[in-house]
Formats: sequence, C-alpha cells, structure tokens
Amino acid sequence: MILGKYDPLKGEKFCMIDENGIAKEVASLPDAEKLKALYCDMVKIRAMDDKAFSLQRQGRLGTYGQLKGSEAVQVGAAHAMEKDDWLVPSYRENGLMHLRGVPLSSIYLYWAGNELGAKFPEGSKILPFSIPVGSQMLHAVGLGMAANIRGDKAAIVTCFGDGATSEGEFHEAMNFAGVFNSPTVFLCTNNQFAISFRSTKQTKTPTIAQKALSYGFEGIVVDGMDAVAMYQTVSEALAKARMGGGPTFIEAVTFRLCDHTTSDDASIYQDPKEVAMWQARDPVVRLKKYLTSANLWKQEDEEKLTTDVKKAIDEAVAVLGSANKPTPEDLFGFTYAVQPQLDWQLRDLKGVIERKSHGN
Amino acid sequence: MAIKSNLDAVNDALRTAMKKDDRVVVLGEDVGALGGVFRATAGLQKEFGEKRVFDTPLAEAGIVGTAIGMAMYGLKPVAEIQFMGFIFPALNQLFAHAARLRNRSRGRFNVPLVIRTPWGAGAGALEHHMESTEALLTQIPGLKVVAPSTPYDMKGMLLAAIEDPDPVIFLEHMRIYRAVKGEVPEGHYTVPLGKSEVVREGKDITLIGWGYMRHLAMHIADLLAEKGIDAEVLDLKTLAPLDSKTILASAMKTGRDIILHEAPRTCGLGAEIAAICSECGLLSLKAPVERVTGYDITMPLRMSEKLNIPDEARVLEAVDRVMNF
Ligand SMILES: Cc1ncc(C[n+]2csc(CCOP(=O)(O)OP(=O)(O)O)c2C)c(N)n1
Repeated sequence: MILGKYDPLKGEKFCMIDENGIAKEVASLPDAEKLKALYCDMVKIRAMDDKAFSLQRQGRLGTYGQLKGSEAVQVGAAHAMEKDDWLVPSYRENGLMHLRGVPLSSIYLYWAGNELGAKFPEGSKILPFSIPVGSQMLHAVGLGMAANIRGDKAAIVTCFGDGATSEGEFHEAMNFAGVFNSPTVFLCTNNQFAISFRSTKQTKTPTIAQKALSYGFEGIVVDGMDAVAMYQTVSEALAKARMGGGPTFIEAVTFRLCDHTTSDDASIYQDPKEVAMWQARDPVVRLKKYLTSANLWKQEDEEKLTTDVKKAIDEAVAVLGSANKPTPEDLFGFTYAVQPQLDWQLRDLKGVIERKSHGN
Repeated sequence: MAIKSNLDAVNDALRTAMKKDDRVVVLGEDVGALGGVFRATAGLQKEFGEKRVFDTPLAEAGIVGTAIGMAMYGLKPVAEIQFMGFIFPALNQLFAHAARLRNRSRGRFNVPLVIRTPWGAGAGALEHHMESTEALLTQIPGLKVVAPSTPYDMKGMLLAAIEDPDPVIFLEHMRIYRAVKGEVPEGHYTVPLGKSEVVREGKDITLIGWGYMRHLAMHIADLLAEKGIDAEVLDLKTLAPLDSKTILASAMKTGRDIILHEAPRTCGLGAEIAAICSECGLLSLKAPVERVTGYDITMPLRMSEKLNIPDEARVLEAVDRVMNF
C-alpha cells in the first residue's frame, strides 16, 4: 500500500529508486521484465520527443512542447493503465499517448498542423490533445460519473501541469470527483514551471497534492523522476478507482529539462545551476544505473534498443513526409454531423482553390 | 520620429502610461520577468517593480475578476490574457460584472480596466492561438472593443484605453506584431476610441478591415489602382461601439462596400456593418454589400490555416462581383 502511507501535509514523498539509481526496498520492486520495459519506453519517448524538436527546427512541425524530464511520469502511467482505462491528456502527454496506442506518425502529423493526425485509432479511449490549460479534467470526472451511472468498472487518468491547478475548472473537477466518487486519477506533472512562472508561486500550499484532502480524497507526492514509483502509485490509484474507491490525486514532482515549447527561451528565467542539479536526477539515466548495477542491462541490450527506436522513429517521419494534406472536406466535415447550411461555403472554398490552381 | 513595430508600440504605451500615472498596474501570465510570451511587457517589471508589474497564477477568471476589484478601488489595471482563445474562463467576469458594474451600481462604481490580448490567424500557431472571436465581445453592452493595426494607433489607442473610464478589450493582431512597423511619436499622445478612419481615399469602392485585414485591404487597393479602380480603405479600429457615421459616410460615397474579417461569417461584425449600410444608406448603394470572411468552421490547424483567412484571390473575386453587379 502506497496511498495513505505518504502524507503530503508532512512533506512526505514516495520514491523507489533514488537519483543515484539505488533501490530502497529491492523486494518491493516490480519484476526485471517490467523494470526493463519501463526503461526501454523512457528511452523511446525521449528519442521521439527529441526528434519532434529537431523536426520543428527544420520547419516540419509547428510549435511543440517537449516532455523532457517527465519521461518517468508518462511511462509509469502508461504501464499502470489497463486496456479499458481512459486517458484524458493535456498537450504534453505525447509519450503517454503513444504508449497507449496513438501512432507516432499521428503525433507528428498533429503537431505539423495536419488534422489527419488527430484521427486516433478507432475505439481507443484517448481524448484529443487539450490546449486550454485546466479545462480537460472535468471531462475525465464526467467520464467516471457516466461509468458510475452505468454501473461499469471504469478508471480514468487525466493529466495536467502545476499551472493548471490554478484554473477554476480544476477545482470544480476536484470537487465533482469527490462529490460523485468519480473513478478518476488526477495526474499532475509538477515540472515546476508554467512557462516562466514557478510552481511555488502558483499556490501558497507547500504541495499541490494536499489540495485533494480538502476535496475529500487522497493526495500523494511522488518522485516524478522515478519511473518505478510512478508505475506503482498510478497502478494502485487505478485499482482503487476500478474497485469503487473514487478519485486520487498524484503530484509527480519533476523538472522541465527543456523550454516550455519551441517558441520559448527558458534561459531567460531558468537558473543554470538549478537545471544542472535536476539534470543529475534524470529519470532515464537513473533507471539505467539501477538496471546496470543489478546486472539486468548490458551494452548489447542498449545497442538493440537504440536500433529499434531509431527504426520506429524513421518510419513515423516517413509517414509525416508522405502524408496527404487535409482537403476542404476534412476541414468542413466534422463541424456538425449534418451540415447542409455549410455546403455552399465548402463549394466556395473548393472553387477558390480550383481557380487558384489554374492561375486565375 | 522613431520607427517601431506594433509590439514595441504596445510596450512604449505601457511604459508611457506607467510613468505618467502611478495607478497603472500590469498583470497577467508571464508578464513579469519574462516580459510576456511576445515580450510586449519586456522590461516593465524591472523599471516599475514587482508591485506594479506582476505575474499571476494561471487563471483568466482570476486575472480579470481581481482586476475588476482593483479598478473599483481606484487603480488602472492593464491585464494581459495570453491569447484571445483563452479569454473564455474570464467571460463570466466580463459579461456579468466588468460590463455592468456601472449600470448595476447606478454609476457609483466604474471599471477602468484594460484587457490586452493577442488575436488573429496567420502566424502558424497552435489550436486556440489563432482566434477572432471579437463579435462575441462586441455583443456585450458596456464593453469597448478596439483593434488597432498600426504602431501609431497601437500606442495612441492603448493610452486612450488606459485613460478610459470604462472597460476596454484591446486586441493586438499577432500576425502584424512584428511584421508591421511605422512611425511612433515620443511620449504621451492619444488616439480616440470610438472612431474609425479612412486611411486611403477612393471613390469607387470601400474596403473595410481591422487588424491584419486592414493591411490586406491596403494591398488590394494598390492592386485595384493598377486596374483603374479607385478604392477607399476604412480601418475600423474600434469594433464596439461602432463608428456608424464614418462607416455610412464611406458607403454612401462609393456605393460599394466589402467587409473583410477573419472571424466566421455568420453573425460576424460584417453582418452588423452591412445592416448599417442597408438601414441608413440603401438608396446610395450600387451593389449588395459583400463580406469576405472566415468560413463557419473551427479554425483549421496550421497547415490549412490560410485556407480560412480571406486572401487576395478571394477579395479580388468579391471586388469583381461588386463592380460588375
Ligand atoms: C486557459 C489557458 N490559458 C493560458 C494558456 C497558455 N499557456 C499554455 S501552456 C501554459 C502553462 C501551463 O503550465 P502547466 O499547467 O504547469 O503545464 P506545463 O506546460 O508546464 O506542462 C500557458 C500559460 C493556455 N494554453 N490555456
């Protein structure tokens, strides 16, 4: 049992593998296969994230917000989730969304500004990217309320940042979740920044997790650079949700090891000394240290992983390069289920495009 | 006179206002040390201190709601909403309070508040960062809505907005933040709110635009001049309350009106302008008033964004229809 054991009001924080790669209680760790899988997926999402950055710099993607520093949060959650669990993300959960089944090519296409990238595989319980900060958590709570109404054993993970917890809608989501016992896991990635604004200024409470207490449910602070701790905490919160135990709030403390987005320049407001301190806690490096010291990971494993990851990314980039542009129908077709009143506007746009292509 | 971009003109106006009047305070997300995501408030915190220029928690209703309180106390808050697409959490505060506290208190309280926000498409930004929802705001009696498009007006109208006794939504078009430069006088001056301006005289046809569309209209007017069509360009500048007099005078002079806006067509400001022309100037019109606008769809993402922004081809076709009616 992790939940209930770490009191946010006492400043307690859950961690399994510390920044030096040393495990606190080896007996409580997941099995070797799971540990390796957590590591491999962190390497993978870091590489896809870095690739997105370089694609943006080449002008092939639009603005992109990297997840660097939060790999453990996203991989831990992805491994904790079961097939039927719902995911309600913000804009930064690119790694988690991919691990839950969104093709990498779709993610790249979306950030390239192509509507076709927003079409996730049919049946996947993943809501679209949500850019209005703090707004999407209400949908997660509503999904859970619906499941309760229907008597289904559902569980929902909703992701957001520290900044999002200042929006009114966040507090409404927390209150509704408590009142209606919605099976929702609030997964807050506290990367300590909302663009330039420090999380310590977002709120006067020492932790964000403790806010859950005032809404009547559990909140826990977790080392968000520890994939194992993240995996175990989210697993437990999801199991509780599926059993009818209601909502849980998880504050994953990390550090944004990158700009806010490709339009930002964090050097204006980040202190290089502090950045270096957090770089030394790198979630990917940390788990590798543990795996290597436990003799679970060898150089050949790393080489194979690098090759596999590169191949997956190359394939996605190839799709990005060859994808169709959205047609006027793609732009009009999803405004309403039935839209006769827009037909003339669609014809108008097609006419304009047609005449332009004939150069008159 | 110094040549400045629209962005620098905003910064200049804020600095000028803060120097002149210590009741002026600047608040919003990232406006402090960072100087705003576009750097519109760059250097202000350093110059005027953290009491007068400060970052707030990430909450638009919080920003606008507390700014209303500050305004009623006697300050002159200039709040930044990071992008127009994120003004919605604050809409309740704007609609239910900022716009009507004067009325509700029978004039005991007023809300001298300015809300600055970047708007408009064409910069290749993310979803919600390319919105033109001005008509949702112009529908709220009690709010003034302005959208300057040149550095001279940007500075003069922002200073006027800060001095205005009522709440003003101040729209800054993103696509022309840096792309448009012009002469900006030193020091304090104001450009009145509530006035539209004929920025190019012509006798054959009137093109009306605001923000980036004003610059497109000027470009079209140049093209038309080569074809022997003498176009007048009206920069709307203030979107609420509308300067019906200037709108009507131009329509009656040329008899042909085309309104350009990025916002969706239905119930956009173009509809209101067309109604003014038909209600009061019908007999002077030589052709139906045309609108070239965004379509009634969700703004497409970056790759297709420009398909939904009125452009040269679409405006020229409208001109043809109007001239050959
Ligand atoms: C409602 C709203 N206001 C403002 C913005 C602009 N904005 C985008 S991300 C961001 C900071 C978000 O910080 P946080 O919630 O901590 O998440 P992070 O980006 O650090 O993952 C802001 C202010 C927005 N997208 N939505």
